[in-house]
Amino acid sequence: MSETTSIPAPWELERYELTSAPVYHFDFDRREFFKVLGAGVLLVSILNQTAWTQESGSARGRIEGSLPGEIGAWLHIGENGKVTVYTGKVEVGQNIRTSLSQGIAEELRFPIERIELVMGDTQLTPFDMGTFGSRTTPTMNLQLRRAAAAARDLLIDLAAAQWKTDRQHLVATDGKIMDQKSKRSVEYEALVKEQQLAKSIPVQDPLIPAANWTVMGQPLPKLAGVAFVTGKHRYPSDQKVPDMWYGKVLRPPSFGATLLSVDTAKAEQMGATVVRDGNFIGVAARSSGLAAAAIAAIQADWKSEAQPSSKEIFEYLKKNTYEGTDPSGGGDRYDTGNVDEALASTKLRLEQTYKVSYIAHVPLEPRAALAKWDGDNLTVWTGSQRPFGVRGELAEAFRIPEDRVRVLMPDTGSAYGGKHTGETAIEAARLARTAKRPVKVVWTREEEFTWAYFRPAGVIDVVGSVRDDGSITAWEFHNYNSGSAGIRTYYEIANQRIVFHPARSPLRQGSYRALAATANHFARESHMDELANALKMDPLEFRMKNLKNERLRAVFQAAADKFGWGKRKAAPGQGFGMGGGYEKLGNIATFAEVKVDRKSGAVKVLRIVSAFECGAVVNPGNLRNQVEGSNVQGMGGALFEAIEFQKGKILNGRMSQYRVPRFTDLPLIETVLLDRKDLPSAGAGECPMIGLAPAIANAIFHATGVRLRSLPLVPDGLKIT
Amino acid sequence: MATINLAINGRPRTVEADPQISLLTVLRENLDLIGTKYGCGEGQCGACTVLIDGRAQRSCITRAETVGQKQITTIEGPAHGERLHPVQEAFLEEDALQCGYCTPGMIMSVVALLNRNHHPTQSEIIDSLNGNICRCGAYSRIISAVQKAATSLAKSEIGTGARQ
Repeated sequence: MSETTSIPAPWELERYELTSAPVYHFDFDRREFFKVLGAGVLLVSILNQTAWTQESGSARGRIEGSLPGEIGAWLHIGENGKVTVYTGKVEVGQNIRTSLSQGIAEELRFPIERIELVMGDTQLTPFDMGTFGSRTTPTMNLQLRRAAAAARDLLIDLAAAQWKTDRQHLVATDGKIMDQKSKRSVEYEALVKEQQLAKSIPVQDPLIPAANWTVMGQPLPKLAGVAFVTGKHRYPSDQKVPDMWYGKVLRPPSFGATLLSVDTAKAEQMGATVVRDGNFIGVAARSSGLAAAAIAAIQADWKSEAQPSSKEIFEYLKKNTYEGTDPSGGGDRYDTGNVDEALASTKLRLEQTYKVSYIAHVPLEPRAALAKWDGDNLTVWTGSQRPFGVRGELAEAFRIPEDRVRVLMPDTGSAYGGKHTGETAIEAARLARTAKRPVKVVWTREEEFTWAYFRPAGVIDVVGSVRDDGSITAWEFHNYNSGSAGIRTYYEIANQRIVFHPARSPLRQGSYRALAATANHFARESHMDELANALKMDPLEFRMKNLKNERLRAVFQAAADKFGWGKRKAAPGQGFGMGGGYEKLGNIATFAEVKVDRKSGAVKVLRIVSAFECGAVVNPGNLRNQVEGSNVQGMGGALFEAIEFQKGKILNGRMSQYRVPRFTDLPLIETVLLDRKDLPSAGAGECPMIGLAPAIANAIFHATGVRLRSLPLVPDGLKIT
Repeated sequence: MATINLAINGRPRTVEADPQISLLTVLRENLDLIGTKYGCGEGQCGACTVLIDGRAQRSCITRAETVGQKQITTIEGPAHGERLHPVQEAFLEEDALQCGYCTPGMIMSVVALLNRNHHPTQSEIIDSLNGNICRCGAYSRIISAVQKAATSLAKSEIGTGARQ
């Protein structure tokens, strides 16, 4: 069985965050909704245009006013006593299913266990660009709360009409509307019986202030956690449908290799379906073992292309810049004052270069997709942060309208920015089309390490000048390739030149948790430490002298207090350091304590103290989990993670070759949460990571006098000469 | 093709499969016991951990044919109906999971640990779980969950004199 048709060559996927929205928005039909959902009350949240401006996505991605009346989410109160909420956001493990449910329960005054969230199903949920950029809490949580608050209002109206009374004495509580005067009450489900009421809410319903929260602000554990601890939850790679086969794809031996000839006869004789289509070669078979054997039996000759290696990557990136705009939209250039003049006239100036390596996301669940054709209609279950984006990719690949494609995203085994693209979905769908049955593709760990994409490598050149009193006079900052998020400095400096230089990356690169902010903060906060050291000034005092932002000052001070900064003298081999900043609406300061064994070169992070502030805290338990998790994951990129490559091949693309943080790496982690009930809640999945790498580098310098300017800092320990 | 007889969670199971097939693939593909996860395929991450005669083993590098005579327990085993194993309870109470993908393997490693060491110290916990990766970084909560489970198992032991 073989089929040869032509599909377009693999399209260029956007770098960094991906933001394209679908071209069409179909009117939604009220009657259709109630046919699907059953009778009840439906609240439709109409998106505020500004909510779409993705800080890490493209500010240009959305044309102002061109798409009025977009739907953000909808909420349905059924006569069965259940509330079902539909959002295009997805659960990648940061427990937004829990925190969003808390917001709905709070505003609706409804028991949280009777709320169901339908997430990331392109047929059932409204369009959403994707779950990234720490946008769920500041945007979707607010939308759902507004929908819930409007629903509560509507229910009060319904009760007032039923009782023929004034609504001013009616209150919503625990799934009931109560008349405070007569003490009678009615349950929501009774009020919505046989109703088909739909309401749109572009209005800004007043929300319950954080000081009065009872459900939000509580440390609720993961909802439906029982399914996870018993192994019953079906992740994308666990999906199964009747008659399903397993797919495998033939990979080139190196990046950019082109196929010269191929012989698939043996694979076909084994009973596998072989698909050769353009540069795609894959098989489907009744078992994953047979599919793997069939792929191994394919004889293919490839022609390799010359490729740069990880050893020369930094020179390569600086040589291969191009003029253009940064796709991540963070701004390409920022100039103020006169940098050259200020640098020339200040006595103390310091020039340094910092580097960051490519690193891999290593989501413990690799990419997976199950595709099923039903005539010309395609259904795909896949682990994606952008189910609607994957729908678009599938529609384009198979030249079918988007409304014939349904993408579902079961809660997935993490992503960290690594699951934005739909290649696995396309592979499964292509194989399923020829096999004429459902096909599941689950990438191996080696495929995940090689054919996914990486956090960009980059080079950052920094020049800073300071007066004797510690005030910074000029700041020049050039970032090559690693991205522009977090590139601007929050220190008060009159003369600045900050430029992002995009470069042609030899490796496929893309989004990552705290993407460029990690690189930019590493360079900035390391350089701050170097300047402080040159001035012989305390690094905290130096930062505070140049910092006006109150929220940032507060986290630095809180972390310093908790850490005991300035109160302890370092023992030999012991060092303290700090780093912090502002990213994705959050503020972080992280202090680290390290111990360096000068003989063996072993570096051990003993203690991490982070103070974090992201407005009013929605779920302190989950927030701590995010801050601690960011610090643990961040230790990998800070200390030892790096993708090594040569001649178009990844040299360490296995779990046994690529070290990620384990239990033995775990330091004591202390987290201080500053709960600003007066400020809107922001996300927390990314920002807490950014202070860690410079804090550790600065602590290593404090311990040894050795200044490390490349991430990872000590992949092979510290060589002290 | 070979006939492979296995004893999984106290039940005899028979599958027809390639004699080279891994226990992980048999569990997931042939028996639809999908709680046991694939993570790396080389015994490095612990996502596929099951108990074989009470010891934590990596099912991805264990050939199914070699464990026919042994008792295999997967994550689907420890709970009795609605009643969770104390380790599962402790993971929920400590909220010791984010995405939860490592959780089944982690729980099986902890069950094995607590079966052979009723009161592990923190460094014993770290040593025996070091082969299990939690990429979300919930390690400190997992340690707390193990300590909590150890305490609750010790209490239940006084009551029943038995341990699973």
